[in-house]
Amino acid sequence: MSFVNLAFLVPLFPLIGSIINGFFGLKIGKDRVSWVACTGPVLSFIVTLVLFAGTLFHTAGTPYPEQSLFTWISAGNFHVDFGFQIDPLSLVMMMVVTGVGSIIHIYSIGYMHEEYSYYRYFAYLNLFLFSMLLLVMGNNFLVMFIGWEGVGVCSYFLIGYYFEKKSACDAGVKAFVVNRVGDFAFLLGIFGIFKMFGTIDFTEVMLAAPTTLIYNSEAATLITLALFVGATGKSAQIPLYTWLPDAMEGPTPVSALIHAATMVTAGVYMVVRCSALFNLAPLTMMIIALVGGGTALFAATIGCTQWDIKRVLAYSTVSQIGYMFLACGVGAYTAAIFHLVTHAFFKACLFLGSGSVIHGMHHEQDIRKMGGLKDHFPITYVTFLVSTIAIAGIFPFSGFFSKDEILYHALMDGNVIYWGMGISGAFITAFYMFRLVFLTFHGPSNVDPHVHPHESPKVMTLPLIILAFLALTGGLLGIPLIHGWHILHNWLEPVLAFDLETALHASERMLAEHGHHTSFAEVLHKAQHTSHNIWLEITLMVFSVGVALAGIATAWFFYIKRPELPGKLVKGQWGFNLVENKYYVDELYDETIVKPIVKGSDMLWKQADVRGVDGAVNGVAWVISFLSKIASSFQSGFVRNYALIMVVGFIFLMIVSQMEF
Amino acid sequence: MFLTFLTFLPLVGAIALAFIPKEEEGAIKQTALAVAIADFLLSLQLYADFDTTTAAMQFTMDIPWITDWGISYHVGLDGISLLLYIMTTMLTAIAILASFGVKKHVKEYMMAMLALSTGMLGVFISLDFFLFYVFWEFQLIPMYLIIGVWGGPRRIYAAVKFFIYTAVGSLLMLVAIIWMYFHFHETVGVFTTDIMLITQQINLDMIEQKWLFCAFFLAFAIKVPMFPFHTWLPDAHVEAPTAGSVILAGVLLKMGTYGFLRFNLPLFPLASVEFLPYVCGLAVIGIVYGALVAMMQEDLKKLVAYSSVSHLGFVMLGIFAFNHYGLQGALLQNINHGITSGALFLLVGMIYDRRHTRLIKDFGGLAKVIPVFTVCFMIMTLSSVGLPGTNGFIGEFLILLGIFQNQMGFAIVATSGVIFAACYMLWMFQRVMFLEIKHPENEKLTDMTPRELCTMIPLIIFVFWIGFYPKPFTKTFDASIEHLITQVEPKKTHESPGGHHAAVATPVKMAKAEAGLHETH
Amino acid sequence: MVPLSHYLILSATLFSIGVLGVLIRRNAIVVFMCVEIMLNAVNISLIAFDRYLNQHDGQIFSFMVMCVAAAEVSVGLAIVISLFRNKATVNLDELNLMKW
Repeated sequence: MSFVNLAFLVPLFPLIGSIINGFFGLKIGKDRVSWVACTGPVLSFIVTLVLFAGTLFHTAGTPYPEQSLFTWISAGNFHVDFGFQIDPLSLVMMMVVTGVGSIIHIYSIGYMHEEYSYYRYFAYLNLFLFSMLLLVMGNNFLVMFIGWEGVGVCSYFLIGYYFEKKSACDAGVKAFVVNRVGDFAFLLGIFGIFKMFGTIDFTEVMLAAPTTLIYNSEAATLITLALFVGATGKSAQIPLYTWLPDAMEGPTPVSALIHAATMVTAGVYMVVRCSALFNLAPLTMMIIALVGGGTALFAATIGCTQWDIKRVLAYSTVSQIGYMFLACGVGAYTAAIFHLVTHAFFKACLFLGSGSVIHGMHHEQDIRKMGGLKDHFPITYVTFLVSTIAIAGIFPFSGFFSKDEILYHALMDGNVIYWGMGISGAFITAFYMFRLVFLTFHGPSNVDPHVHPHESPKVMTLPLIILAFLALTGGLLGIPLIHGWHILHNWLEPVLAFDLETALHASERMLAEHGHHTSFAEVLHKAQHTSHNIWLEITLMVFSVGVALAGIATAWFFYIKRPELPGKLVKGQWGFNLVENKYYVDELYDETIVKPIVKGSDMLWKQADVRGVDGAVNGVAWVISFLSKIASSFQSGFVRNYALIMVVGFIFLMIVSQMEF
Repeated sequence: MFLTFLTFLPLVGAIALAFIPKEEEGAIKQTALAVAIADFLLSLQLYADFDTTTAAMQFTMDIPWITDWGISYHVGLDGISLLLYIMTTMLTAIAILASFGVKKHVKEYMMAMLALSTGMLGVFISLDFFLFYVFWEFQLIPMYLIIGVWGGPRRIYAAVKFFIYTAVGSLLMLVAIIWMYFHFHETVGVFTTDIMLITQQINLDMIEQKWLFCAFFLAFAIKVPMFPFHTWLPDAHVEAPTAGSVILAGVLLKMGTYGFLRFNLPLFPLASVEFLPYVCGLAVIGIVYGALVAMMQEDLKKLVAYSSVSHLGFVMLGIFAFNHYGLQGALLQNINHGITSGALFLLVGMIYDRRHTRLIKDFGGLAKVIPVFTVCFMIMTLSSVGLPGTNGFIGEFLILLGIFQNQMGFAIVATSGVIFAACYMLWMFQRVMFLEIKHPENEKLTDMTPRELCTMIPLIIFVFWIGFYPKPFTKTFDASIEHLITQVEPKKTHESPGGHHAAVATPVKMAKAEAGLHETH
Repeated sequence: MVPLSHYLILSATLFSIGVLGVLIRRNAIVVFMCVEIMLNAVNISLIAFDRYLNQHDGQIFSFMVMCVAAAEVSVGLAIVISLFRNKATVNLDELNLMKW
């Protein structure tokens, strides 16, 4: 028996937890609910570690093990197994999901303990973990898609957890519907893949990709583009990012787990998982890089103007995921996953920290009503600060390593524009994150006198400490400069290995079969001549640390040294209003998409359906009844009239029969 | 013989009910339920005995009836009809259980239900045109009565509309059947109404096929209902009693899609291919249109009714994908829709019984008051949305996968239906279940009774069973689908001339499309 | 011998009188009698043809008509009486229950 046969246990534990809590949660009491809820993820984490240990001894060059539970769908030559894939990539994700997931479950015990429907929360949260694990473990697109939609629906439930609040409900529906727009494209991508490959198994598709898809062909571009649109939905990228800030209506641990650490990074995971396809579509790659870089910059600017502590973090998440896509877009998949991991640590810590503040401030989220909290929240403050430094990208915190790797690749494998977007985003990130820290924890206190801030219990601070520690040290996974020290790179190498040369030759051959003779020698030449320049890398690092420090200094200047200045500067500036109102994107979507659809549907129903289609049906009935009314006027009810008609008719017939024609 | 026994058992039960004095309502209800449940349990034996390796008719029985006219009592089941048959027996039992709250004319109601069951079962097993037509018209009458006697305030309007609309279509079908009867005699020399025989041996040219296709199409399209023949459905659903809606959505609509599979495709393959773009076009319009109109509905039942239009559009699209995926998806979606819509109508019926209103604006905040109900409603909502892991997803996915292989444009538009489905179902769910309680009447609502739970639990089990392990269901289709495809395929490839035919165009177009995709820019 | 046409003219005249009576008169009894006249007009032509063609079907048939007429009268009068009991009139214009 191979160790892989344990794989099914990983998603099973949270599922069991969810079922127990969902059905019996109210009866067994809060304490047992907590135990059940937290045991599931922790056990999953342990099993993941076992799987990880097993994979360490994997023989290089052989395919990674998969566990197939049963044939799920079978139609004609379409077969899909309900199977799991245990390879380095999925293991990284599984460890993040179960690890961070466990920590956030424990934190939730403290954060949610006053809630009446405590059990419901944990049932959803466990169900989310189950779906997320299916997403990252599935060995084909369809199992991934179960998880993909499953996390979407769990997110819907958890955002709408306070279902009596209209804003929460609306945010939930918005999240689900926007996600569905992405899923629609993802589905089309899956259909396209099946049409081209005849299978949707990851391993088979990725193996066959170089010899099936032609480099830069329409098919490759369209399929990857569809997949990427799917990813933008889930990962909150332009143009489908608007749901994520609204999703902050959910409880804060949910924001930490779903809307920062795991679910929203699913799109990145999917792109990396399908890297063999994306490598064949340079056009899509360019779009990904532009969308990623654009989102990174765009969301960061909005982050500077928000006053809600969670919304700042939400826009920061959108922006950071933009970095991950920027990395994907230039082919630096390892960097994307690296940033995904470190981001999971520091952003989860930031969200949980903000949760701790919100909890201690009796559900106050406006940072204008905070300030000077560092004495009230010592542990929260320190951990929050560590994570903030990490996200700003200061050496030697984890964010520094991952972000710099992305920026380096953006310049080397991409171009100056990508790098420019990244580095300006980095400046703004440092600025708004420290703005958040300064406004919340430093400066004079603006706390409502009725509120008595207090530090959170141990069950909440301990997770913060663990995450802050990871945020501090996570960078060790990918120490740059010296080849071979980059643990994550070596670890993911077997999954991401892609032989561009063979693929290009195969494409040339396939094109030749169709009578086109194109040479990709130029592409190949360009790809092979991007060398590793260690001095450039060091220069870039120093530069970006400098930029981050400049951002911090700016924040310090505006919010500690001269706190009255920002208000004066921005007053009446149309540019600032534009940003503060989030570029009116929500309003734009509302006016151009939502309202026309609602109005159109209303018209469709009241005019087209009731009047048009049904009117036609009833019209036919009316015409017939009108005609029969005319006919029925002959039926007077007087027998003598009938007799008269008979006689007249008879006479008429006699006359006609006597006439000679 | 067993099949005949199963089919007529409910009718026998209905006759038996006639002898129970109508004051003993309890006995009447229990007898009716016992008959329906017995019929369901016995019909499971069919599944056990079913041979999934063959496309031939099974459990057949063929005895001459009116020999001079070549009419015989010929019945049987194959992969297309087996699950529909079993689902009919199941939904009948559930519908009867769900209508224990009927107040007036209990005896007549139960008799109508059981008679209806026989009529519906007969449609699915008939292998003789005459017999088929008899059953097809027979089941109209009890349904007409159920809507017209036990329905809502506008019941007469709805019942008459339902009856006349369906009858118009079926009369055209009758004309087509009679024409084929004589045509078969002219060409083959035998007077027969045997469906199998006619399907195998009839020889029709393109023009004839087109006309006959249209006649059959109208009959079945009204039943499905396809856009623009759907307007009887919201009226009928809104006015019908709960159990009537369940049967209507669960079984009666499936007769339309069943008709397409049993008659239109095998009998008129050329015309089917010729009309493919139009049928697919109507199906896609139905999907989007049904969803958009559903979004604006204020009445819960109407919303579910319009969502049926949308879902049945998917089924039609799958049928006209003409490949294994699409057909399998369509057959599965038939079952799925029966389960999900049936359950949704039951749930709407439950809150209607408590609040005597179905308007969405009269609810809100129910999640807090009736949690068990909320969970059931949520599961069915998600199944209707087509969430992976529920039954709805498997069907929709296979259908879209199938149609994508042949008709990419239709597939893309149809796939957008999944977005709209999420919009209208979740928006409705939010307004009914979430938010704060606005109407004090809603605070005193009672949760589901054990009897109501009994009607829901089997359906919930099927939602997840099909969602996670659909093989026991899909394996019954395979042989019949293969057979159906071979019936359509050879005729469409060597008989239809010219490249402008969609049939011939499909492989050509596909090849072209693929070649086009390979071009680099 | 009286030619056939005389009989037929008589028969046609009687028949026309009967038809006119049915059409014009309002009293149910009178209408009834007019129907009888029409039947008898037919009988005359039956007998005339019988004699003219020298076949005996006509006589038999006229007996048949008489029988039917007798039966009809009994049923019809019964209906008229019951109508009169219910409505206190035999005026046909007032009996329009079947009118749409």
